[in-house]
Formats: sequence, C-alpha cells, structure tokens
Amino acid sequence: MTAPLLEVENLTVRFTTRDGEVTVLDEVSFALQPGERISFVGESGCGKSMTALAVMGLLPAMGRVSSGAIRFKGEDLATVSETRMRQIRGNEISMIFQEPMTSLNPLFTIGRQIAEVLQLHRGLDRTAAQQRAVELLEAVRIPNAAARVNDYPHQLSGGQRQRVMIAIALACEPEILIADEPTTALDVTVQAEIFALLRDLGAKLQTAIILITHDMGAVAQMAERMLVMYAGRRVEEGRVADIVKAPAHPYTNGLISCVPHISSVATRPDRLPEIAGIVPPITSFGQDVCLFAPRCTRAEPDCKAGKPKQMSVTGHAGHTVTCYHPHAEVTKND
Amino acid sequence: MTDPVGDNALVVENLSVAYPVRGRNADGSRKRLLAVDEVSFSIPRGRTLGIVGESGSGKTTAAMAAARLVERSGGAITLDDAPFGELDPDQLRSARQRVQIIFQDPYSSLNPRLRAADIVREPMRYAGLDRAEQDRTIDELFEAVGLRPEQKALFPHQFSGGQRQRIGIARALSTRPSLIICDEPVSALDVAVQAQILNLLKSLQAQFRLTYLFISHDLGVVQHMCDEIAVMYMGKIVEQADRDSFFAAPRHPYSRALLQAVPSINRPLAAPESRLVEGAIPDLTQPQAGCRFASRCRHAVPACSERVPDLELLEAARTHSVACHRVGEIGDG
Repeated sequence: MTAPLLEVENLTVRFTTRDGEVTVLDEVSFALQPGERISFVGESGCGKSMTALAVMGLLPAMGRVSSGAIRFKGEDLATVSETRMRQIRGNEISMIFQEPMTSLNPLFTIGRQIAEVLQLHRGLDRTAAQQRAVELLEAVRIPNAAARVNDYPHQLSGGQRQRVMIAIALACEPEILIADEPTTALDVTVQAEIFALLRDLGAKLQTAIILITHDMGAVAQMAERMLVMYAGRRVEEGRVADIVKAPAHPYTNGLISCVPHISSVATRPDRLPEIAGIVPPITSFGQDVCLFAPRCTRAEPDCKAGKPKQMSVTGHAGHTVTCYHPHAEVTKND
Repeated sequence: MTDPVGDNALVVENLSVAYPVRGRNADGSRKRLLAVDEVSFSIPRGRTLGIVGESGSGKTTAAMAAARLVERSGGAITLDDAPFGELDPDQLRSARQRVQIIFQDPYSSLNPRLRAADIVREPMRYAGLDRAEQDRTIDELFEAVGLRPEQKALFPHQFSGGQRQRIGIARALSTRPSLIICDEPVSALDVAVQAQILNLLKSLQAQFRLTYLFISHDLGVVQHMCDEIAVMYMGKIVEQADRDSFFAAPRHPYSRALLQAVPSINRPLAAPESRLVEGAIPDLTQPQAGCRFASRCRHAVPACSERVPDLELLEAARTHSVACHRVGEIGDG
C-alpha cells in the first residue's frame, strides 16, 4: 500500500461559544489514497462539512483544531501558516459547495473567475489564463465555451453554474477535490450529469474526491469507501459495497432503510423504518457515552459506559464500526 | 382519465396557465409563457396523486392553479363534485378552507410571531368555528401530529425543522379540507426526519381519509406515497399511471430518463449512460408544433416535431396513459 495522500488522525475541533467550549469534531480519523473517492455520510450537524473545512483550513473564527493532525503529503495542515495554506487551497486541495448560485461572484464573468485561480496559483498571464478557461469550460462540457466564457453567472442555469465551479476547482489539477453536497440544489437529470463529469475528470486527472452527502444512492454511485459520521464522531467506515449490503452500525442501518428507494417491484411497506428523534445539540457532543444511544433501537444500559471503541467487522477488510451492539460480528481493534 | 362514477375529491380538466412575459408577438399582442398546457387529472377521495417533474416543469403551478392560488387561463376545476373554478371572490374566500397546503420550507412558511397553537388556529378563524371548537381541534391535532400539549405556547424558532413541519401539517388539517396539496413536504428536511414526516402523512391519511396532491421531484418518495403518478415536462403531462404500472414499466422516454438518473444503492458504481440528448429546449412563449421533448429524445423521428402527441391510454392497461408518438415502437424494455 502506498502512503496515503491525506491522513487525518484523531482530529478534534472545538468551538468557543458564549456558553464555553464545545467539541464539534471528536477524534475523527481517516486516510485518503491518491485518486480515491470517499464519501462522508450523515445528517446535518454531524460534522461532515466541518471535517472538510478543517482540511481546507477554513474553520469559522470561533473554531480551532485542539488536537490531532491533518497530514497532507507529510505536511501537517493543522499547524502550517496561513501563507502556506493559501498556496495549497484552490491549488492542491480545492472545494465545491452546495449552492452554485451563491459561490460565484455575480459581478465578474465566469471566464475571469476561472482565470483568477490560474493567474494566482500558476502565474499565467491574463491572455493565457483566459485561453485555459475556455479549455476548462469545454472540459466541463459547457457547449460553445469560447462564447460562454464571457457570460456572467446569472446567464447560466444552476447545472451550468455548478460546472463552472467544477472548472474553477479543477483548474490547477488538484490532488484532492472536496465536493460538499454538490447536487442538492439540482434536478436529478442534472445531478446524474454532474456525477458523471466528476467521475470522468477525477479519473483523468487522478484527483481524489471527498463527496459529502446524505444521499446513500449518491454514495453508491460515486464513492469506493464511505465514512459515516454522527455527532462529530466517526461511527462506521468501510467499502461502500460492504456497508450498503450489511451496515454494522445501527445509525448507518437506519440511514439506509429510512429512505424510500425506488424499486420496480410492487412492494409497499406502509411505514418506513424511522430513526426516532434528531441529532443532539452541539453542546452535548464529546460526552463519554455513545451519543446515538438515545435514538438507537439496539441500545442497552452499557451504551452509557464510556465512548464506544472502534471494532473491526469480521470478514470485511478495512470495515470498522464504533458501537457496543453492532449488527455485525466484530473483533477488537488495536 | 376522469371517472364519472368515482367519488373524486378533485377533478381538473384542460387546465392551462399562461404568464405574461416581456416582449410582444409579431401581431402586437403581449407575449405569454404557457407554463401549464391543458392538463387534466382527478384524485379519488382518500387517495394520493403524485406530480413529478424537474424544476420548471409546471408541477407546482398546476397544483396552485387547481387550488385557485394562481390564475388560470383556461380549464375547469371541480372540488367535491361542485364547480370550484367558477366561484366568485366572496364564495371563493369561504371555499378556500377546503383546500390546504403543506409547504416545502417549514422555516419560512410559519409566521415567526405567532405561537404554535395560533398558527394552527388561524385557518379556523376564517372558517367560522367558535373559540371552544378551535381549542378542541388544536388539542386533537397536536396529538395527531405528535406534538406535546405544552408546545402549543412556543414560537416557531423553538422547534426543530421536523417539528415545524408537524405544525404546518396540523395547520393544513385544521379546517378538515377536502384536498391537501403537499408541495415538496420533505425535501427541506434531513433524511431521518423525512421518514418520520412521510410516516405521519400516511397515518393521518388513513385516520382522516385525506386526499393528497403530492408534488415532488424525489421519485423514491413518490413511489412510497402515491397511488397514481403524473409526470410533467414543460407544462404537459407526458405520462400518467397507477403507481405499480408506472414503476414496473415507465413508457415515456422522459419518464425513463428521469428514473435512470436517480442514483441507486442497488446499482453501485455502474456508469449510468446519460440517456438524454443535449438539445435546445422549446420556447414556451410560442405555440408548440410537436412533442416538447423531441429535441432531447433519442427516439425522436421527424414526425415528433410535427404534431403534439395526445395523452392516450395504453392498449394493455386501463390505468396507464402516455403522450408519445413512438410509444408503440420503443416498447417496454
């Protein structure tokens, strides 16, 4: 196995709020190989986006990495200077966001916004950058790119704007692309095209992709591995094929079964299995118990006996679960 | 597909909505965009009709026009076997209580300055119920939607998204409406909360024999919730069928493309070929000569652009209609 491109180890992020310090990410670890596609899954408020923002060095002002490491090609991004981070951000690691409407500057042409990245990170002059912008628009399959390069964001559809965001993010051929719910605001047919584009370009440029989503279907289409997060913790990790077939954590199981998946057979369960309740408030994160227990159908008294440890799921390489009563046979991890 | 003998809560015939837009036609008349074009459907009492389609397909406009919240340019609306489309403003005001809406965004659809109980009360104030009756209904509905009595005094910001949607549902039920329009009722909610709300909508339907017009872009949700499905594309219904027949064998090329585009956990990492041809989208301010989908359809032949296809029943099925000239040729595979 090659050395991972990105290795996040026991990442803990804390926020300073009016009511004191709260833990937002609690010892999150994962590794990303070059060219690999991984997905972060969970409800809103579970720390998926926060993990991504920590990697990007874009934590909100009240947040800080209180312990752990974010090693990117041997360099710990948790401790590098802002100057160095600026060289990496948008160049070696870049990110696209949920709202293509609001992530583009309405006052500049899309060509100029793509060119900006190239002038900044690659030192291209304006003409060369503009020329490259046209090529990038072609690469993200915007028809008639040479003319569209002078369009403003409002002249594009939602799907086209997200393509422009992808063009900006991939302009410097980054090693990691983080896509935070990139298709939530888009129609399904457009979503399918964006996914196909991300997969094709990712493979061509050997870019590793982190896809943040709550849609298990999207995970199955886009990622090789997934990381399920709950209340700031990693609760399960493994190959998508293994987890979709046999989720080990009750939360993962709930996430998969509570969604009505399309089927061509006429079965009609009258009720969907529910995960009762909601994600706990951030102030209760970090406690020394299983934070999912109050919503869990398998909870026992011992779930409150400390933070559950990470266990290996028998028979699946690299499949781990952090639970006292998982759906699978497990062995202790060292 | 109007069934004259059935007990229909709502019957809509040839409903059209045209919006005035900027510019004039060659003859000097004001340009109009035909957002909904001669759409017909009916919903039997106690059942659910789902309208699916992409943004801009006219699904919400059609529903709002059926509820007379958007002015229509043509068509007849029958609610509870009585004409609803012809009511004058005074009659309409008192008839409005019979159609209620559950909105997509539970954050912006509740008045932030009203307590939960008063939000649920508001429609009843216009329905002429006395105060004691209002209070009784509020208590009943809070229990029915799974809210606790002490939460009646709270303001919307003190609730989670799912709880707010429960308040919106209680409000929609408060006047015992004949029809409830659910406009993307779960798309703003977290996945786990979606299941809770969908289960609630179903159990309330069974309990109160509610009739839903369910608008959604999520085909999985539609399959779970609806008895009948209508697929809209650019203002037209292109396919309409009972749920099982539709999901077992969708016939319109657009319906198929839509279904294919949904990422599925049952199709891991398969490269879904894009089944849509990239083509120009028709200008709806102009009369359409042919099938609106022809420019993006890989089965299109020249004839498709010459005549608008009618929504016709499939020979084999009494409950499945398709508007496609090529439906005979493209088969059900």
